[in-house]
Amino acid sequence: MATFFGEVLSVYSRAVEEDEEDLEENEEDEQIRRELEEKREIHLQWSPEVSESLTSGSKLPCSDFIVAVGHNAARFLSVYVLTSANWDAVGHASVWNERSRAVTGQTSEELSCVFYRQRDNPSVLICQVACYIAEDQQFQWTEKVFNCLQHRELSVTVLSDSSVAEYKTADYLCSSSAPFLRSLHTGAFSGQSVCQTLEQPNIVTGLPAAVLNHCEVHRIPAVVYQCYSDVIGLDSVTMETYKPALTKLGKSIQLDTSPSTDVLRKFVRTTNIQSNLYI
Amino acid sequence: MFISSQTSAPCFKDFTLVMPAVAVGNVGQLAVDLIVSTLNMSRVGHVHSDCLIPMAGNNPYASSKEDAEELHTPAEVYTAAELKLAVLQIRAPIIPTKSKKFRQLLVSWIKASGFSRTMVLSSSHAYQRDDQQLQGTPLRYLLTPPLLKGSADALKELGWREMELVAAFPGLTDANAEPRLYIPGGGITKGLYTDSCAEDLPLAVLLLFCSEGDNIPDAFALVNHLNDWLHLLDNPSQKPNKWKIPPSWSLLFGNGIPPALF
Repeated sequence: MATFFGEVLSVYSRAVEEDEEDLEENEEDEQIRRELEEKREIHLQWSPEVSESLTSGSKLPCSDFIVAVGHNAARFLSVYVLTSANWDAVGHASVWNERSRAVTGQTSEELSCVFYRQRDNPSVLICQVACYIAEDQQFQWTEKVFNCLQHRELSVTVLSDSSVAEYKTADYLCSSSAPFLRSLHTGAFSGQSVCQTLEQPNIVTGLPAAVLNHCEVHRIPAVVYQCYSDVIGLDSVTMETYKPALTKLGKSIQLDTSPSTDVLRKFVRTTNIQSNLYI
Repeated sequence: MFISSQTSAPCFKDFTLVMPAVAVGNVGQLAVDLIVSTLNMSRVGHVHSDCLIPMAGNNPYASSKEDAEELHTPAEVYTAAELKLAVLQIRAPIIPTKSKKFRQLLVSWIKASGFSRTMVLSSSHAYQRDDQQLQGTPLRYLLTPPLLKGSADALKELGWREMELVAAFPGLTDANAEPRLYIPGGGITKGLYTDSCAEDLPLAVLLLFCSEGDNIPDAFALVNHLNDWLHLLDNPSQKPNKWKIPPSWSLLFGNGIPPALF
């Protein structure tokens, strides 16, 4: 498409070509498709204690469910929350899709989507999602995870990474304004938001949107805090932006307001190795 | 799966349903946006399905600060009871492997809800038209037999053009090759139409040949075309334009320009 100033942008059509699917598929194609579909299924693995109570029919009692989507959001929880209180890893979701790397040992896959529970207050649940969850898997992830949680008195908070390039505004965004936080909440959410609400025509996509949709139709209070950052990769300034979102949950979550630099360095350093642009 | 956003389930008996097909240039979706925002329709529920790519945003039709903070989902149903009109807006693309499932879901919901007729607003690639389609208006229609029975007079009066069947293998003269219905870039349009024919659903497809780009003029053309039949607004083509553009259409060409440029 050509814009007002004449640059030509490549636009992909959102319409699905209807032609191919009408063709009769042979059995082998169908089988491959079915196997792929099975491989893309999301599996939740809980610790023996949790899975025992789930199989007996009682869902996980949960008052606060915090989901962190993206590297900065996930590491923010690692640095500011998971170090300060007693947390137990109670399960993980295994996700396979086109961006999953070839199997280099199960551990990296297991670490990419982990659930933690507070030891003193087991109704607080945290999930770190550092892996990519494909568009066709987001709905399924949400359904499966929320199926394990008790909906009564549940309140959901989602922290999500986003690039400032995706943020639309009529004003010119100067570089000093990023990173910043925007919120989007369901109709059932009654609390006060800690930041500005997400303005039209901006939207939320991906797993945070899937969680919001699920909570909206099931009338669960939920809020997404989307952080727009201009740094690619892990960054302590971006991580800090999430602080006000969780200080509001003060009662149930202890926030380590000044983490030691060692902890921060441990997480941030890993990304620097990959880039040799500025030595 | 339709989920009501109110305490009681809405009644759609004898309503006319207008819905878009996610197609080239998103013309149908834009046209539906115009209908919802102009008629101030109220949301009655969501279509919650794994066939659509998740997205969420604040109220796309907000008219003031007070109603701006309201979560909206990928597929929602709006109604205007006094017009006996229901609108299904689809805001996200359909997951390619699940388009058949989505079609079946729509057809069974339309059947169960008792809509008197369904209008599908769609579009098709302009560059794939054949010689006969190049001439005259870019607007076409398709009607399923049950709707054709009751609307023959209305159609004669409107003087619309039916979507032509095109040769299966253009340029080849093969006596066995039957001309076929071909809607490139139309998404689920053709599937929905053939499913509705098979299920005896009264359904009409209104489509427009267009290309990707600034498709706002196309949306106006299509919604005015629909209005010629349904009479939602009186003389909307007369100036000033009576269709109301929703605030979610802003910033189509990107952000503000840096002031340091001047």
